Amino acid sequence: MKETLISAVAGSDYFGLFLSIGLFIIALKLKARFKFAILNPLLVSTVLCIIVLVVLDIPYETYRDSAKMLSYLLTPATVCLAVPMYKQLKLLKDNLAAVAIGITTGTCCSILSILAMGKLFGLTGDHIATLLPKSITTAIGMGVSEEAGGIVTLTVAAIIITGILGNMIAETIFKIFRIEHPVAKGLALGTSAHAVGTAKALELGEVEGAMSSLSICVAGILTVILVPLVSGTLY
Amino acid sequence: MKYVKEVAWIMAFTFIGEALNKLLPLPIPAGVYGLVLLLAGLITGVVKLEDVETTGGFLLDTMTLMFIPAAVGIMSVTDILIPVLVPYLVIIISSTVIVMTVTGIAASLILRRSEKKEYKEAAE
Repeated sequence: MKETLISAVAGSDYFGLFLSIGLFIIALKLKARFKFAILNPLLVSTVLCIIVLVVLDIPYETYRDSAKMLSYLLTPATVCLAVPMYKQLKLLKDNLAAVAIGITTGTCCSILSILAMGKLFGLTGDHIATLLPKSITTAIGMGVSEEAGGIVTLTVAAIIITGILGNMIAETIFKIFRIEHPVAKGLALGTSAHAVGTAKALELGEVEGAMSSLSICVAGILTVILVPLVSGTLY
Repeated sequence: MKYVKEVAWIMAFTFIGEALNKLLPLPIPAGVYGLVLLLAGLITGVVKLEDVETTGGFLLDTMTLMFIPAAVGIMSVTDILIPVLVPYLVIIISSTVIVMTVTGIAASLILRRSEKKEYKEAAE
């Protein structure tokens, strides 16, 4: 009885969609109530969702298929990042030096820090290659990882963890290091935490959102160019 | 019919992006092609801001939600993630903090310098 009930519910085309949105709203309420950085809505809703699936013994694939609409909207949403960029075009042009230097320094730091720490931890080449694209958007990162000999499914996990973490720590980092300019905040979020960071940047403001959107494109392409230059040292 | 028109524009750019992603041998995702083309469309005036603004705003406002299915997907790789979880987490956390801080500080320094210059120029 219980099994048939669960499989009937989980078999609904809207089960995953409803579960994700419902848990996200609960997570937003928790965040509003307790205000701890750890209660990041994306993190909390993800954890709650995994708990629900494990407890009810629903396979990930069933959930994924019924939440497909959410992932499906990600490409058109990425396309729409052009809107805040267009609105802030003048600001973008006026700050070209900060944009170029910020994103380039950040991307180089990302690759070098992963290389250095990977070697320090004695990780094998394929694991370092897996982590190298962790700060860029999933669709580009998967290709970079594969090209460098990484484990693509783990790269996807690393990218998502990076995004959630960036989303979570941004405001604290900006406070500690006195990063106050909206342009700098946007560049920092987009370069370190790709589209998930950009979702945070859009919450902070339109300038932050526009700069973060630009960073996704530039950091992504820069990583595609730079990783093959260092991947030879991995093996 | 405002939304119909907006959705049509956004889907058109999404579709062209997807097509370019399939046709061109570059590792650039469909969304990034679509983003660059929509930006070019807005700059050249082919698309007007009000043709995409409301629906675009809706999609950006709900974007965080769209990452949940991929994030929940981590549960399907736990068997290979657990053995490397500790070094992975240490590297991801430190590297993300480093990248965010360095990018933010580098950009702040340049912004401060150019703002000083503008201020001086305005004073002169």
